Amino acid sequence: MTDASATLVQGTLDMLILKTLALEPLHGWGISQRIQQLSHGVFEVNPGSLFPAFRRLERAGLLECEWRTSENNRRAKYYSLTKAGRQKLKSETKEWERQVAAIARILQTAS
Amino acid sequence: MGLWTNLSAGLRSLFGKRRAEQELNEELRDFLEKSAVERMRGGMTREEAHRAARMEMGGVEAVKENVRSVSWETHIETLWGDLRFGARLLRFNPVFAGTAILSLALGIGANTAIFQLLDAVRLRTLPVKNPQELARISIEQRKGLSGDFNGRFSDFTNAIWEEIRTQQQGFSSLFAWSSATFNISPAGEVHSVQGLWVSGEFFETLGVAPVLGRLLAPTDDHAGCGSGVVISYSFWQREYGGDRSALGRNISINRHPFPIIGVTPPDFFGVEVGRYFDLALPICAEPVVDGAEYAMLPRRSAWWLASMGRLKPGWTVERAGAQLRAVSPGIFEATLPAAYNPSSAKRFVKNKLGAFPAGSGVSDLREEYESPLWLLLGLAAVVLVIASANLANLLLARASAREKEMGMRMAVGASRGRLIRQLLAESLLLAIAGAALGAFLAHSLSQVLVASMNKQQDPLFVNLGTDWRVLGFTTGLAVLTCIFFGLAPAIQATSVSPGIVLKEGGRGTTDGRARFGLRRVLVVSQIALSLTLLVGALLFGRSLGNLARLDAGFQRDGILVTDMDYASLNLTNEQRVAFGSELLKRVKAIPGTDGAAIVEYAPLSGNASFHDVLMGASSAPADEDKSSAFNIVSPGFFATLATPILAGRDFDEHDVAGAPLVAIVNETFARKMAKSENPVGMTFRVRRMGSMLGPFEIVGLVKDTKYVDLREKPEDIVYTPIAQADHPDADTQILIRSKMPLAGLISAVKATVSGTNGNLDVSFYVMKERIEDGLLRDRLMARLSGFFGILAVLLAVIGLYGVVSYMVARRRNEIGIRMSLGADRRSIIALVLRESLLLLAIGLTLGIALAFAASSAAASLLFGLKAHDAATLIMATLILAVIALAASYIPALRAARLDPLEALRHE
Repeated sequence: MTDASATLVQGTLDMLILKTLALEPLHGWGISQRIQQLSHGVFEVNPGSLFPAFRRLERAGLLECEWRTSENNRRAKYYSLTKAGRQKLKSETKEWERQVAAIARILQTAS
Repeated sequence: MGLWTNLSAGLRSLFGKRRAEQELNEELRDFLEKSAVERMRGGMTREEAHRAARMEMGGVEAVKENVRSVSWETHIETLWGDLRFGARLLRFNPVFAGTAILSLALGIGANTAIFQLLDAVRLRTLPVKNPQELARISIEQRKGLSGDFNGRFSDFTNAIWEEIRTQQQGFSSLFAWSSATFNISPAGEVHSVQGLWVSGEFFETLGVAPVLGRLLAPTDDHAGCGSGVVISYSFWQREYGGDRSALGRNISINRHPFPIIGVTPPDFFGVEVGRYFDLALPICAEPVVDGAEYAMLPRRSAWWLASMGRLKPGWTVERAGAQLRAVSPGIFEATLPAAYNPSSAKRFVKNKLGAFPAGSGVSDLREEYESPLWLLLGLAAVVLVIASANLANLLLARASAREKEMGMRMAVGASRGRLIRQLLAESLLLAIAGAALGAFLAHSLSQVLVASMNKQQDPLFVNLGTDWRVLGFTTGLAVLTCIFFGLAPAIQATSVSPGIVLKEGGRGTTDGRARFGLRRVLVVSQIALSLTLLVGALLFGRSLGNLARLDAGFQRDGILVTDMDYASLNLTNEQRVAFGSELLKRVKAIPGTDGAAIVEYAPLSGNASFHDVLMGASSAPADEDKSSAFNIVSPGFFATLATPILAGRDFDEHDVAGAPLVAIVNETFARKMAKSENPVGMTFRVRRMGSMLGPFEIVGLVKDTKYVDLREKPEDIVYTPIAQADHPDADTQILIRSKMPLAGLISAVKATVSGTNGNLDVSFYVMKERIEDGLLRDRLMARLSGFFGILAVLLAVIGLYGVVSYMVARRRNEIGIRMSLGADRRSIIALVLRESLLLLAIGLTLGIALAFAASSAAASLLFGLKAHDAATLIMATLILAVIALAASYIPALRAARLDPLEALRHE
C-alpha cells in the first residue's frame, strides 16, 4: 500500500478528504476508513498525513469541526464541510476531471 | 475568509495552549482506539491490535509535531521558547551578556542619538497644517544688492515684499517674516529675547491656532498699527508661569510698551528649524521698535524679510517659481533704491525670483550641521560595526565550546535549520536588550549633543522627539546587528558532524580552521575600519588646532566688548561723537584697564560694512563685484587689540571733523587696491550708495586682521576715524583690554556708564568666548570623532588580542614541541608576533585605502589641511600599529612562558 500513498500528492489527499465529507460529517478514523472503502482498498492513507491535512483544511476555512460522542461512547472530533469547502470540492473535481481527460488523451495517442 | 479563520483559530490556540494540546491528544488517542478495535475485530489480540495501530501511526509525538507545524502560532511559540532558552543561557554567562549588551547599547545609542538630531534638523516637517504645501520665495543668485542686511534670512526689502505680494499668482496665501532680538528690559542692562517680525498673514497661512487669546491677523498689519505682541508658549511659561492673566499685560520691547494679545501652541517654534521665538510682532511695528534712525520698513536698501507661502491647489513649486521669475524684472525695477548708481542699478534689476519647497522650514542650523551630522552618523555606524564584529568573534569562540552540545542535539534529530534558528534567537535577545538600552541612552545623548551645539548669544532649540523614523531606525539597527554578529557564528556552530564531535577527547573538527579564518577576516576588517576612524579623528583634531592657533591679527585674550546703544538719548551727530569720546575717556580711566577704544564693528562680531573704493583719480572701482571692508575706529584701537602698525601712524587728535579726511588700510588692501607695499600718502574715494566720499589720504598701514569670520580669506580693510564719521551710529562698541577678573571689570564699566548717563542700553561679551563659539562646530567634530576614533581603536585592539590569544591556545601543542626541540623564548615570541603582524599588515593596508577613499567626505569641514593629508595617514598608521603590536605582545609573552611539558600534554 505504501506505493500508492507515496504517490498521493498533498492536493489530491485534500480533495479525497473533502469528497468523503461531502455526504456526512465524520471523525478522523471514519474518514480514513471511508477513503479506504470508496477506493476499494487502493488508498490507505496513514494517519501521519491525515491529521496535518485536517489541520490545514480547517485553518483554510474549508472544514469545521465539532466534538460529539462517537460509537464507542468516547468524545470524538467530527469534521464537516463548510460552504467554502463545498465550493472548493466542486472546483477541484472539475479541474481533476479536466486533467485526467487530458492525460488519458495523451496516453491513448502516444504509442 | 480563510485568513480570518486561520488567525482566530491560531490566536485561540495560542492563548488556550493546554486545551488545544489536550484536544489533539484526545483526537489521536481516539483514532488509535478505533483502529485497534477494528483490528481486534479482525482477530488480533488486544496487545497486538494496539501495537499495530501505534506502528501504523508511526509515533504519536511525531504526528503531533507535524500537525503543529501546519499552524502558524507554533512558530511564534518556538520563537518564544528559543528566546526564553537564550535568556537562561545569558543568565548563566552574565559577564558575557553584560559586555555584549553594553557594547551594543553604546553603539546603537550613539547612532540613534545622532539620527534623532538629524531627523529633527533635516527630515521632519514643520508642525503646521499641511507643510508639504509650503514653498519659500527668494532670489536666485543674488547680484548687485547693497545696503544693510539684517537677520538670518535677509532676502527682501519691504518694498520688494509688497510688490511680490501683489504680483504673485501661485500662492493662496503668502507671508513675510524676519528674525530679530528684542530687549525687554525697560532700563539699564539689556535683557535679550528671540523675536519674530511677521506680516499679518503669518499665522493664518501656517494654520496655527492660539492656546490663549488670539494671534496676529492681516488686520493687525497696516501702517500706523498698534495692536500688540504674540508670545510663544515657552515664553509664557518661563516669564509668567502660564498665568492666564498675562493676557493684556504690557511688555516693554526696546523701551516701547506692547500689550500681549495671545499665546501660540507649545509645539510651534516658527519656520526656522533649530531656532525658537519668544515674541512675535507685526512688521508694521518695526519703525516704532527700531526707532526712526534704524527703521528698515521704509528703506528701500534695508534687506531683512524672508517670504513663504502656501501653494494654490494644482500649482507646483516649479510653476509658482516660473511665474515669479517672469514678473521679476517689473518687481525689481519698481523697487530700485534711489541711491543706486547706474551700473549697480543695471545689475539690481537683473535679479530673478524663484520658489523652493519649504515643508521642512528653513534652517541655518541645518546648513551648518547637516553634513557634519551625516558624517558623525557614518562614524558611529562604523563603531557599531566594529563592536558587532567583536561580538561575532566572541560568539564564534563560544561556538567552539558548544560543539558537543550541537552535535548531540543533531544526533537526536534536530535539523540544522532549527538549531540555527535557536542560536539566532539568542543573538536576537542580545540585540533587543542592547537596542532597548541604547534607545534609552540615546535620549540623554542627543540632549547632550544639542546642549554642546548651543552658543551663548545664538540659542538653539531642537525638538528632539521620538517619531516613527527614529523608532524604525533603532529597530532596523537591532535587526541588522543581530544578523551581522549572529548569523555567521550560528552557521559555523552548527556545521559540525555529530560523529566527530561526540567522540571523547576529540580536538575538535577540522572545520576549526575555517572558523578561525572567519575570525581573522573579522579582525582584519576591524583594523581597517578603526584606522579610518583614527585618521578622521586626527584630521579633525588638527583642523581644530589650526583654527585655534590661527593668527587673527589681533590679541584674542583679555578683550571685553561692551555694546552700547544711546539711540534713546536723541543726540545730534556732533553730540554723539563728543559723548562717545567722553565715555571712552572715563572707561580708560578705570583702574586695571590696559587700553580701550571705540569701534563700529567689533572684529568677528558678524557685523560688516562694504563699500566700493576708487583709487587715486579713477572713475570706476577696480572690481565691480568686490567691495572693500570698512570700519570706523577711535585712536588707540590698534594698540588695544595689539595689531601692529607697519607704516605711517595711528589716528590722533588732529583727525577731527573739518580736517582733511584720513584713513588707515591693511596689507591686503595695499596689495590688492593700492598695488604698493607702502600705500601711505596715496588717496582714494569711496562710493557709498550712489554718493562719492573723499578724497581720503592713507596715513597708516596695519597688519591684516580677520573681519567677519576666522576662516575667511584675507579681506582688504579700510579704517576711518570716528571723529570724522558723517553718520556716527548710536550703537557702538567699546573694546577694553584688561587682566582684571571679568565680574569686577563688568561692574566697573557699568558703574562708569550709568555715571555718565543712566539711560543707556549696555550688554557685554568676551571676545575670546565669542571666537570659541564660532569654532563650536569644529570643536564638536574634533571631540566626537576623537571619541569614536579612540573607541574604534580600543575595540579593534581587543579583537586582535582575542584572536592572537586564541591562536596561541590552538597551537599550544606545536609550541610545546618547538620548545622541547630547543626553540628559545625569542623565537616563540617571534612566531606569535609574525602571525599578528600579518593580520596587522593586511588590515592597515586595507585601512589606508579605505581612509583615503572616505576622507574626501570630510574635506569641506577641514581647515588648513587637505583631506588626503599624508602626514596624518602615516601618524594614524604608526599609532595603530604600535598599540596593536603591544596588544599582541602579551599573548606572545604568555606563549613563550609556557611549560613545555604541559603544552605537550595538551591535546
